[in-house]
Amino acid sequence: MIEVKNVTKRFGTKTALSDISFKADEGCVLGFLGPNGAGKSTAMNIITGYISSTSGSVKVGGADILGDPIKAKMNIGYLPEHPPLYPDMTVNEYLNFVYDLKRVKLPRRSHLNEITELVKITDVRGRLIRNLSKGYGQRVGFAQALIGNPRALVLDEPTVGLDPKQIIEIRTLIKRLGEHHTVILSSHILPEIQAVCDRVIIINKGHIVANDKTSVLAANLSTDHKLRIQAEGNPAEVTRLLEGIPGMRRVIQNRETEPGVHEYELEANPNLDLRRDVSKKLAARNVPILMMRSNELTLEEVFLKITTGGAAAFNGPETSADSIIAKSEAETGENAE
Amino acid sequence: MIAVLKRELRAYFTSPLGFVFIAVCVLTSGLLFWIFTLASGSTDLSGVFVFMFFILMIFVPMLTMRLLSEEKKQKTDQLLFTAPLGLTKLVLGKFLSAYVMYFLGTVVLLIYGVVLSFFTDMYWQTLLGNCAGLALMGGVYVALGLLISALTENQMIAAVGSIFGNFVLFLLNTLSAIIPVAFISDALKAISVYDRFMVFTLGIFSPENLLFFLSVIAVFLFLTVRVLEKRRWS
Repeated sequence: MIEVKNVTKRFGTKTALSDISFKADEGCVLGFLGPNGAGKSTAMNIITGYISSTSGSVKVGGADILGDPIKAKMNIGYLPEHPPLYPDMTVNEYLNFVYDLKRVKLPRRSHLNEITELVKITDVRGRLIRNLSKGYGQRVGFAQALIGNPRALVLDEPTVGLDPKQIIEIRTLIKRLGEHHTVILSSHILPEIQAVCDRVIIINKGHIVANDKTSVLAANLSTDHKLRIQAEGNPAEVTRLLEGIPGMRRVIQNRETEPGVHEYELEANPNLDLRRDVSKKLAARNVPILMMRSNELTLEEVFLKITTGGAAAFNGPETSADSIIAKSEAETGENAE
Repeated sequence: MIAVLKRELRAYFTSPLGFVFIAVCVLTSGLLFWIFTLASGSTDLSGVFVFMFFILMIFVPMLTMRLLSEEKKQKTDQLLFTAPLGLTKLVLGKFLSAYVMYFLGTVVLLIYGVVLSFFTDMYWQTLLGNCAGLALMGGVYVALGLLISALTENQMIAAVGSIFGNFVLFLLNTLSAIIPVAFISDALKAISVYDRFMVFTLGIFSPENLLFFLSVIAVFLFLTVRVLEKRRWS
């Protein structure tokens, strides 16, 4: 549906995007993740034809955004970072204007009603946009993108300015839209991407540093040979038992979580799953396990790892999340100096 | 194009701008009509028209100053430029909206002529020549204002710039008179809008002048499109 090929964008001497390529298929929610100034909005502005790339091509629904812009733009609904609202119009006038502007062929009244219901702005339709709160403004911007039922939606930080309840509503909406549309969504809120997107592209300083399924990305970096358990019993004895398991590399005893219960971090040899062994061994000695989970990285940790540690860190699952955070803190410290 | 035209016209009338423009046009032309025609017992409206040429130089930028500058400032240009609509159509929609306002503000001059005709024999050719001249001149003012509005995101700069631009257009004939280099002087004289406007006020319809004004309008609109296009590439 959306095909971006070798797109580079330079502003004067500053390279905002360098050689970006990716594809987004129908029925896929693609997440753009990156720190501020990474090039997310620039990429979206290029995909929607607002600005042109220095080199490379963008195709939307088979039509080139520069070669056949009208056809390409017919297929896109765009919600920019700042919703493009006219403060001197009422919501109703505005939506009708966008309807005319996009030359939509769908029945006007029912189509607009459907959209206002969907983003829950029906009760403010008669109000001037200037008087709307930020959250409502954002939703009117969202409604504008949906007009004409475009096959691809490009949403630049769609949940900014919404309250937590609205955020959940909008996320659910995006997920639902993603079933039949192509959605590209940018955000720096990681749980949002994790909750909504099928695929994630991480951009840093104009480069794509990761592009994979959300689950794969987290799992690839996950350290399934690392476990975190809570067990009841004398910590010295439990540690000794755990260290006795073949393949166990390191056992670190953490704080006491409940009276008599301690937390342990276990690290086995790479690619070795010790969950069964740990469970059997402790059960045999009558040591109850109260919790066990693999020390999987959250997207947040993946993100930090990739954007601060570079590609080398991405390839090596050796670094633990803690060390990454320590590293990023160290880097910020350096920057501060 | 129609969508943009409709929106802009609505915007003129949801803010005081449209009303103020029409009011000052009617008021000024009424005053001029009284001074040049009623008070001096003449049926020649040419004086009114020539004076309006100067007054509109200042009034028209009021209409055009926010047309494109405000879009950029409010970032609503992101909606317009990503909509399935060519830039030419966008610019034409904007141009026509301001021109409709211009028409509404100046059409009253024609009414003065019609009113006069009840009391005396009118030189219709002169009156229509004046009307055509002012109508074409309005197109030039609007198109130049639109171009300057595309260059900035500040309304006030757009307004002042447009007034200055209109003034320079008028000065072309004076400049041509004082520049001693013959070919520059001739060139300036050839593109002097004021000289060509004055031909219309005599009731002379020459296709050459008509074509000249239409070309100037087209050039300014073309440049506006190019300015918008360039912004995407920079």
